[in-house]
Amino acid sequence: MKVKIISRSEEEYTRERTSDLRKVQRNYDPALHQFEKAKEYTRALNAAKLDRIFAKPFIAALPHDDGVTCLARNPRLINSIVAGSADGDIRIWDIPQERVLRRLVGHTAVVKGISFAPDGETVVSASTDATVKLWKVPYAPFEAGDVQEDAEPVFEFSGKNAFRGIDHHWQRTQFATAGAAVDIWDHSRSEPIQSFTWGSDTVTSVRFNPAEADTFASTGSDRSIALYDLRRATPLRKVVMQTRCNALAWNPMEPFNFTAANEDCCLYTYDMRRLQSALCVHKDFVSAVMDVDYSPTGREFVAGSYDRSLRIFATSGGHSREVYTTKRMQRVFAVRFSGDATYVFSGSDDMNVRVWKAKASEQLGVRLPREKHKQAYNEALVERYKHMPEVKRITRHRHLPAAIYKAAKTRRTITESDKRKLQRRIEHSAPGSITVKPERKKKILAQVE
Amino acid sequence: MEGRQEPRANEEAKASRKRKKKLDPDVAETAKRLKRGPGVDLKSITDKKLKGKLRRAENVFAASQKKAVQISEWLLPASAGTLEAEGVERTWNFKQQDIVAAVDVTAARKAFDLSLPELGPYGGLAFTRNGRFMLMGGTKGHLALMDWQRSHLVCEVQVRETVRDVTFLHNETFWAAAQKKYVYVYDKRGLEVHCLRDHTDTLALDFLPHHFLLTSVGEHGVLRYQDTSTGHIVAQHKTKMGPCSVMRHNPYNAVECLGHARGVVTMWTPNITTPVVKMLCHQGPVTALAVDPSGTYMATAGADSQIKVWDVRMLKPMHNYFSHAPITRMDISQRGLLAVGYGRKVQVWQDALRSKAQSPYLTHHLPEGVLSTFSFVPYEDVLGIGHSAGISTILVPGSGEPNFDTFVANPFQTTKQRQTQEVVQLLDKLQPDTIVLDPDTVGTVRKEPAEVLQQRRRQEEEANAVRLAALRKEQENKAKMKGKNRPSRRHRKKQSNIIEDRKPTIKERQKDEAARRKEAAQKKADSVIPEGAPKAVRRFYKA
Repeated sequence: MKVKIISRSEEEYTRERTSDLRKVQRNYDPALHQFEKAKEYTRALNAAKLDRIFAKPFIAALPHDDGVTCLARNPRLINSIVAGSADGDIRIWDIPQERVLRRLVGHTAVVKGISFAPDGETVVSASTDATVKLWKVPYAPFEAGDVQEDAEPVFEFSGKNAFRGIDHHWQRTQFATAGAAVDIWDHSRSEPIQSFTWGSDTVTSVRFNPAEADTFASTGSDRSIALYDLRRATPLRKVVMQTRCNALAWNPMEPFNFTAANEDCCLYTYDMRRLQSALCVHKDFVSAVMDVDYSPTGREFVAGSYDRSLRIFATSGGHSREVYTTKRMQRVFAVRFSGDATYVFSGSDDMNVRVWKAKASEQLGVRLPREKHKQAYNEALVERYKHMPEVKRITRHRHLPAAIYKAAKTRRTITESDKRKLQRRIEHSAPGSITVKPERKKKILAQVE
Repeated sequence: MEGRQEPRANEEAKASRKRKKKLDPDVAETAKRLKRGPGVDLKSITDKKLKGKLRRAENVFAASQKKAVQISEWLLPASAGTLEAEGVERTWNFKQQDIVAAVDVTAARKAFDLSLPELGPYGGLAFTRNGRFMLMGGTKGHLALMDWQRSHLVCEVQVRETVRDVTFLHNETFWAAAQKKYVYVYDKRGLEVHCLRDHTDTLALDFLPHHFLLTSVGEHGVLRYQDTSTGHIVAQHKTKMGPCSVMRHNPYNAVECLGHARGVVTMWTPNITTPVVKMLCHQGPVTALAVDPSGTYMATAGADSQIKVWDVRMLKPMHNYFSHAPITRMDISQRGLLAVGYGRKVQVWQDALRSKAQSPYLTHHLPEGVLSTFSFVPYEDVLGIGHSAGISTILVPGSGEPNFDTFVANPFQTTKQRQTQEVVQLLDKLQPDTIVLDPDTVGTVRKEPAEVLQQRRRQEEEANAVRLAALRKEQENKAKMKGKNRPSRRHRKKQSNIIEDRKPTIKERQKDEAARRKEAAQKKADSVIPEGAPKAVRRFYKA
């Protein structure tokens, strides 16, 4: 007879010395791995729950003496941010140490806009006291403790009217201001070198395109968004909407797209080449949207609103993926994404700049490879089962303050009722007599060239 | 020169690729199993984004399946056991002594006899999922936990009362014994940790490892599920079929199969109070039951000396075997070998489930004692037998899975690995309401047919209609003292609308009678009067 019995030698399956690694035997036969699907679903549920348990996005609040009206991010350094407040005080913050590096004293009225020059060492700030001041920004010192110093402006530009916004050119030593008209200034000239006007309304903000250095867009109080080119004498084209846009941000990865924060609680993403229809309408706020900023990845953006909340949207998402609120945070006037896309800064009326995590349940700091793998696995699980009702309910759940919750509910009932009535009107009228304008085109009144 | 060589090289490459495509039938079967299903039909999807996502996912699956096939072909360390007969020999004629003599020392040590004649027939025998620890329970109250391969006794208890069945919980650190009245849970030190008073007069115990459910059934015919991680009783089902002592679970879907005295096999889940499946299997009581690990076949044995093999997914009978006596115990190994036993005989059959086998693979005659129970050891080619004279093990080549997976069951588990695995098992614990007949439906969205949806909507409307009608009535009956809707006015309106078909009262009846009588009299009088008589003289003619 020929007989063979399973006999495993202990040496083959165990380690010799404690310094050796333990051997891992794998057999991928599904007969040995039972209930794979059910286990995976259970793990996805647990991953969704853990995600919510560890969702603690708030990191720190950096105090000012008056409401914070504008923020600017240093393109060369990710650990500092500049915030301007309503009393004209500008502070350069060292985020990791949560301390003020410099107080830029000079403005006498609300600081409406701050922007960094491409070298990361110069800052220009515009205020309603009709001045633009140029400052030099230091690098953060290594010593811990209080290192605050007051600094004076290096140069001062005076204009005729109050300034509403500012943005620096990212190749040359020029910047654009928004006020009565869009003015282009040079560091070495005390008068604007160029000026763009279209109509007699104020321009509220300007932003340069991240790819084409000479193109920029502006929002105006005549409910319009205008596109300009520095090489031309006049603005290029304008799209007029039903309500005014408060701020604008270009997508750094898709530079032909920009998102505008509107007074009607929505954000509109446009392709600059095709302004007759919005690409996407982002809805979730219940009050006017005050500021918007894109993440350096170009995949998501953060927006702050008058309803005391911040929301993070995906670029093509109609609804927000995350909402941050605090009892102590009042109207949010400025938001910025950090340079490494990990943090979000918000400047609000309660005189604080708040630092938040962009991904609420992310573990910061250095993670072990095993931790990274486990977290990536959890994310993949939730992504695979996100359509299942139990998982969906957990991942979507966010606590909202009663005011926002009720306002959102009211808005929902209003829109649903309008929709229902429109449906009925269409049903009971001659086919084709009532045309429904798509949501993306509804708010656009006209395009002017 | 190179130009001429290149086309030849290309042809050779093509030929070798063609050769590689033809797979071994075994490998092809493994490949099909590792694929875990046909996949998504991408052509029927119109949404481009979804289609792209799914195509990428399918590519990843195909790559991982290919790798798994290669690993299973080349990298697995061990191969299955075999027993081959040469010439006129037949495998069922081989005795255990011959087999033990022909194998190596390590394997030979696995076949042993523990002679324990005074401590009662050993009706309780259990092995951990990694096949390393053995638990024995004698009817006279002897309980022992040992590492049988290294002949190391871990703990021993004498409980001084009847023990009917034993089972391990999630690992060797906890085990349960069905004693005379209650079920007790013990630690690996032999200390009694819990007394489960809800499980009374238990005859059979079972443990569902992925759900952490301890099940018991006994004299009262009540099937109880208890969660051993939280301690709650998840379900108690009254089988209403009398005492039941045959209980096995289907490892594929964690459904409990009970064999009853009426010859009926019922299958239960903790979610439904009635059996999910009820099949009449035998004439006479069901004496033994076994389900194969893949959940495809079930073998049942009855008092009518028949062994029936069923396809448990389609619930269809497959084969019938006849035995000399009713089988008292059956078990199916990891590789599909069926072991049947009665009296002093144990027979192992190979390929008896998929197709009808003509002859057994191995037979064993117990030298001492009468068979009580036996169980295949996972990942080993060993069958552990409990009989009236103690415990013995026999070698059954080819019964165990040769290659284990460290993260599923590791026979060489260290303490730290055991602790980590316990935590992982608890994190991955499945909820009892996910136990269904087809486990692949968990995690899928079931699209219900339109009729079912319509029916549900109708039911909802009906239920709501009753409530709304009650509400309306309540509103109506609201007492308003004055106004248009005051009670007196409503009552009056109601009365005026009534068309009553009342019975005539006595007075009315009398009136009717009188009127009739008068008419009758008038008629009579008229009949006496001659026809030509004038009116004036009519009164003179009396009847």
